[in-house]
Amino acid sequence: MINSMKKFFASGTPWIWVNAGAVAISVIMTVGLLLLLAVNGLNHFWPKDIMLAHYTQPSNADDAVAREIIGERVDREHVPADRIIASGIPVSPDTPMYERELIKIGNRELNSSDFTWLLTDYLNDVRYPDNLTTFERREWGNFYGYVLEVREAGTAVASSDPANPADTGAWEALKARLERALAIHDEIDVLEKDEIGDVNYALERLRLRRRGLELRGNDTPEQIAQIEAEQARWESSYEELQTRLSALYEDVERDTVVMKAMNDEETEINVSEIVRAYQPNRMHIGGKLVVYGQKLWEFLSDEPREANTEGGIFPAIFGTVTMVLLMSVFVTPFGVVAAVYLREYARQGFITRVIRIAVNNLAGVPSIVYGVFGLGFFIYFLGSEIDQAFYPEALPAPTFGTPGMLWASLTLALLTVPVVIVSTEEGLARIPRSLREGSLALGATKFETLWRVVLPMASPAMMTGLILAVARAAGEVAPLMLVGVVKLAPTLPINGNYPYFHLDQKFMHLGFHIYDVGFQSPNVEAARPLVFATAFLLVVVIALLNQLAVTIRNRLREKYKALDM
Amino acid sequence: MTESNTEYAPANRSKFKKIDMGKIGGHDHSPAAEDLPSCLTVSNLNLYYGNSHALKDVNMTLPRQRVTAFIGPSGCGKSSLLRCFNRMNDLVDGCRIEGSITLDGADIYHRSVDVADLRRRVGMVFQKPNPFPKSIYENVAYGLRIQGINKKRILDESVEKSLQAAALWDEVKDRLHDSALGLSGGQQQRLVIARTVAVEPEVLLLDEPASALDPISTLKIEELINELKDRYTIVIVTHNMQQAARVSDFTAFMYMGKMIEFDTADNIFTNPAEKQTEDYITGRYG
Repeated sequence: MINSMKKFFASGTPWIWVNAGAVAISVIMTVGLLLLLAVNGLNHFWPKDIMLAHYTQPSNADDAVAREIIGERVDREHVPADRIIASGIPVSPDTPMYERELIKIGNRELNSSDFTWLLTDYLNDVRYPDNLTTFERREWGNFYGYVLEVREAGTAVASSDPANPADTGAWEALKARLERALAIHDEIDVLEKDEIGDVNYALERLRLRRRGLELRGNDTPEQIAQIEAEQARWESSYEELQTRLSALYEDVERDTVVMKAMNDEETEINVSEIVRAYQPNRMHIGGKLVVYGQKLWEFLSDEPREANTEGGIFPAIFGTVTMVLLMSVFVTPFGVVAAVYLREYARQGFITRVIRIAVNNLAGVPSIVYGVFGLGFFIYFLGSEIDQAFYPEALPAPTFGTPGMLWASLTLALLTVPVVIVSTEEGLARIPRSLREGSLALGATKFETLWRVVLPMASPAMMTGLILAVARAAGEVAPLMLVGVVKLAPTLPINGNYPYFHLDQKFMHLGFHIYDVGFQSPNVEAARPLVFATAFLLVVVIALLNQLAVTIRNRLREKYKALDM
Repeated sequence: MTESNTEYAPANRSKFKKIDMGKIGGHDHSPAAEDLPSCLTVSNLNLYYGNSHALKDVNMTLPRQRVTAFIGPSGCGKSSLLRCFNRMNDLVDGCRIEGSITLDGADIYHRSVDVADLRRRVGMVFQKPNPFPKSIYENVAYGLRIQGINKKRILDESVEKSLQAAALWDEVKDRLHDSALGLSGGQQQRLVIARTVAVEPEVLLLDEPASALDPISTLKIEELINELKDRYTIVIVTHNMQQAARVSDFTAFMYMGKMIEFDTADNIFTNPAEKQTEDYITGRYG
């Protein structure tokens, strides 16, 4: 018996099982995590049916009245009876567990909160009338209710009977008017962001130029007059834009819609407030897919609204990708040059050994330490020196002496440079000596040999380093909070205003966005699905960035596969 | 092409067109090395790797446009000596050289010598084929590109000429831009020779060029050596005595870092002056 056990262990079979088990568990955990993120995140954009029901909450008094409930069923869970009783709802303790549902009732201006927990057992009369309508709004969250009447400048133009789902007169009128309002809104957006933004930018530059001239004592009357003339020109075009803008605002606010919410409350909503309106109960799968696609696209391509709990996260995606690419641009040359010096030029000895140990240890320093270093060295020291030297006219407002894209990228480059150094060194060490000698024997100098033979062959190893660097940098949040990431920065760091790259600007980042939405948001229930969706997106973005680097590396490997000789 | 330079061409060249694997010492009585124009002269050369004394008081004169073979047991210093000629030993940490080597009368270890330039004049082919992971064309053009020659016409011409000189042109002319790593070992070695020839060196150092190859490829390399010796001074290190006998005009026998005997191949293989040489050749040790 013992002998056969010994044999069994000696055969190595248990090891194979242990290893395979470990691999399987890792794969299951990873796939499970991704699935959890994907399901919870992507579910959020599906246009859910709106429930109409009556809810009679049990009460000690006999006058328990039925309330009308209109809303989306979001979640359900089982809770022990004790807990429900403790919260003041007298349910029967005989049933150990009760099911309760989270209903999104929206209508924040009418209800105290837009989510509510209800006990499923006390929900009666559940129906899904076709004419219940969802509004997604620019402010105040979703609205659920019946469309009663559409008004143009205060006079009714169409109305419907909420009791008759087939009566779609007001709904159709609303759809047409909503389209018009959205078109005007787009115009307003262009006007505000691009045109007025440009004017403001130009005025700011003029102000800085004037201040610069004053500082240098070159403020001759002619110069000042010229600047003032230009200023006046921009001011006048600003006035003109402002007039156009107020006309558009007046125009967009022409239509209103009267809605009947739950419990027969009526309210009037301006059509300009609405981003999207749909009647999910009436829609078939195809229509829902279209709305789903629109909402998903909005999430990917739009700016956030409502303290980041609504709208899209495009600035965060853009910020993350730009920062990672910028970091790659900084970290690759630095890491490669350092590795080449260490491996090829430096005399191998005590000092290089110490440097190698130091480099390896740098990779283990907690990232927040790099954040503090970045803040202290890059921003407070380098940045303020740069401001004094090159941007004195903007002072006391800092230009580079404040957290921004450039410093965040540099801090992350510093954080990841050890990885690049180590893997480049390994790559260099693997280049066969015979190839170097072959090149030297043809009359190439050491540098020519490095440049033409060794470095190209080591490039897959450099890419491996970069892949690891990107993976680490893209997921890093803590140091970024100190050196450039903010909650909301709708202006992208690369835009149409000269000089196009605004590396001094603060930016948004997916990782920080998750933290902000999930833990700093005033509306936790509304934010939760977005946390999942953003987390999923962050994983996807990192995977894509990595995939890009891996593809490049594989190409290079294919090209220089002599290492297997 | 073999007719291009007749000044130093040996009279018995035709003998090598067809190689007899088993034949030893089939050379005419050629003049002694001292009587021929010299190319490389080694005097009182001592080489140390750290504390070990690898070459001891080596003296020899390598004649121009002849094939000289170094033979001897492993570790006798023949490769070390070869690597002195293009200063490859400079790359070895702790390597120290005393004495002098002159190429065309100029000391190659003089401070004013540009090592890259020297290596351009003294080309080297290594034991294992080491083509760069580039195309066949780029491998051959490498040396010229290093010299800053990038004109396509010149490169094309040189690549073709060199590949022809290395007897590889017919095999690769249709796939010049394929990776050199797709060639067979023997082809790779000939490619390396072509690459070396392309920079038009004066001396070709061959460090056991056929030891990693099969017999057919070995044969081709040997034929090639005979073709090339009209234009280059060739120094070859080999373990294979038959090979030395077949290809060399002069042969040096080395043992324990010492030059035991240096003479015409004829004399070494048929009538060695030293007992040690005879013992080695007849297989009594080594």
